[in-house]
Amino acid sequence: MAPILEVAGLSKRFGKVITAEDVSFTVEEGSALGIVGPNGAGKSTLLSLITGVLPADAGAIVFDGKDITKISPGARSELGIARSFQIPRPFVDMTVFENVYVGAAFGGDSHGQAGYDTTAEALEITGLLPLSDVPAGQLRLLDRKRLELARALATSPRLILLDEIAGGLTEKELPPLIEMIKGLRDSGVTVIWIEHIVHALLAVVDELMCLAFGKVLALGDPQEVMRSPEVIEVYLGSTFDMGEAS
Amino acid sequence: MTTAHATVTQHVKVKRATKSSWAGLGIAIPVLLVLAAAPYLVERGTQQQLVTLFSLIVLATMWNLLAGYGGMVSVGQQAYVGIGAYGLVYLADTIGLDPFVAVPLAVVIAGLLSIPISFLAFRLVGGYFAIGTWVIAEVVKQITMQIDALGAGSGLSLTSLTELSPGRRIAYVYWLSLIAVVLAVGVTYFVMRSRLGLGFTAIRDDSVAASSLGVRVTRSKRFVFVISAMGCALAGGMIAANTLRITPESIYSVNLSAFMIFMVVIGGLGSIEGPIVGAIVFFGLQQWLSDLGTWYLVIIGVLAIVITLFLPRGIWGLISGNGRIRLFPVGYRLVSPLERFALHPPSPDHADGEPDPKEPT
Ligand SMILES: Nc1ncnc2c1ncn2[C@@H]1O[C@H](COP(=O)(O)OP(=O)(O)O)[C@@H](O)[C@H]1O
Ligand SMILES: [Mg+2]
Repeated sequence: MAPILEVAGLSKRFGKVITAEDVSFTVEEGSALGIVGPNGAGKSTLLSLITGVLPADAGAIVFDGKDITKISPGARSELGIARSFQIPRPFVDMTVFENVYVGAAFGGDSHGQAGYDTTAEALEITGLLPLSDVPAGQLRLLDRKRLELARALATSPRLILLDEIAGGLTEKELPPLIEMIKGLRDSGVTVIWIEHIVHALLAVVDELMCLAFGKVLALGDPQEVMRSPEVIEVYLGSTFDMGEAS
Repeated sequence: MTTAHATVTQHVKVKRATKSSWAGLGIAIPVLLVLAAAPYLVERGTQQQLVTLFSLIVLATMWNLLAGYGGMVSVGQQAYVGIGAYGLVYLADTIGLDPFVAVPLAVVIAGLLSIPISFLAFRLVGGYFAIGTWVIAEVVKQITMQIDALGAGSGLSLTSLTELSPGRRIAYVYWLSLIAVVLAVGVTYFVMRSRLGLGFTAIRDDSVAASSLGVRVTRSKRFVFVISAMGCALAGGMIAANTLRITPESIYSVNLSAFMIFMVVIGGLGSIEGPIVGAIVFFGLQQWLSDLGTWYLVIIGVLAIVITLFLPRGIWGLISGNGRIRLFPVGYRLVSPLERFALHPPSPDHADGEPDPKEPT
């Protein structure tokens, strides 16, 4: 399979804080890449660089053979890159349905009846359908996270970037989410998933990347990455939820 | 979507209109018919006052489009009011065009000029954008005052309209203004109902999230900026045709921006009805309180503060029960989500809970 995403020498700093330093990796189309790393490692920033919400200081991003380093987030979304925000960013004065329909109508370029159907489908998958007509500002945190996912799904993405969507879920709610992401991947959507709950991640991803201080510490087979000394050292003393890898 | 969950063949049903919007249409049409007949019903002075009201509604609607939907707080829309007014007088009196051709042409010119201006203004954000638009408006005023053909510092009088008899002239200007106000509100409504309007609302709530979902933020903002400039120029043309005399000090006055902000804030930001209500209230206050001199400004200021503090959605927010009544609905309501996913076959089209409003008589 051909790589759908190629990141080469990506760098980004905020003043003295280095959030990405010479980050390079590729993701095969239809595969799932997991990202772990301590807080502040630059994981969310990496997603912002890929979606174009933040401009990169240096480096290149190639999506499906096309250099997208300089194009706007809106254009990247139209090409098929979608993202959920770690800290949800709902359109608070719009209903849940309207929030998701924005994704369908713009990123998914599917409006009118087709867009409504796409929207309802994304709402159904994420369990938000009963809340369709509720203003998004009234949602509790967990539903706001679901809304992030629903909006991203509604754009009919080819590459979906998920930022800590499992945080706050109970052990019961986790398996359906894992199944959903697996289903997404199996249907051909490429997945990049940042998650602290490693056993959930390991149940899905084909490759794992560990980031620390903006650098790629390890990248490759998930089990090997988790066993590598550098990764263990970064996590030494931190509350790292290994769980029982299923 | 390409997921395994897509098993459904039924379509969902989404409703764009509301009962109150049909009621609104039922009220709007007779009101417009009466307004259209006004030149036959009321005296000239009243018609001229109504033109003033219409120009206020256009201005408030345009400022709301910019700030309430586009998230751009401009203090410089008087630039386009001036361009519209000067455009009309110059094109009609000096070039010799029919005034009723000159107005739309001036509107187009203002729209074209606003494109390069937007590239300048969009480099600024937040408070800097507000100040920047004001500075740009001042520059436009200064440039106007350097041009002798535009009357330099002393302004111009519109003479080509005075060839008509006063009765006809005032009636024509009145009808033009009525068309203008319907156009301004109508264009705003249809833009906001379209996919573009959905994008604007998303940008207003969170431009970063909007851009990540495919909304072209800058392009959309520029579109609103240009539409708003054209609407303000239209209002400028109305003002010039109504008063027959313009001066740079009055037509480029920053007071116009203050009035626009006031009308939108008291009426209700981010709705189509709010600016109309705000303009009517402001017009009424102007009529009743203008004898009071400076006290008039004090009362207006206090009113703005009180409403901002206690009625964040303005007077229209109060009337509409915080948006429950919508005469101009722009939203999307999911009507039949559940039957689509239910196991039993969907019910027939007309049985989705909405009773027929009327029995045939
Ligand atoms: N917009 C910003 N401005 C300044 N610093 C930022 C910004 N965004 C992130 N940072 C900093 O960059 C670092 C990495 O942040 P982030 O990518 O959110 O980490 P992670 O998602 O791995 O926890 C942190 O130190 C954070 O404070
Ligand atoms: Mg993060």
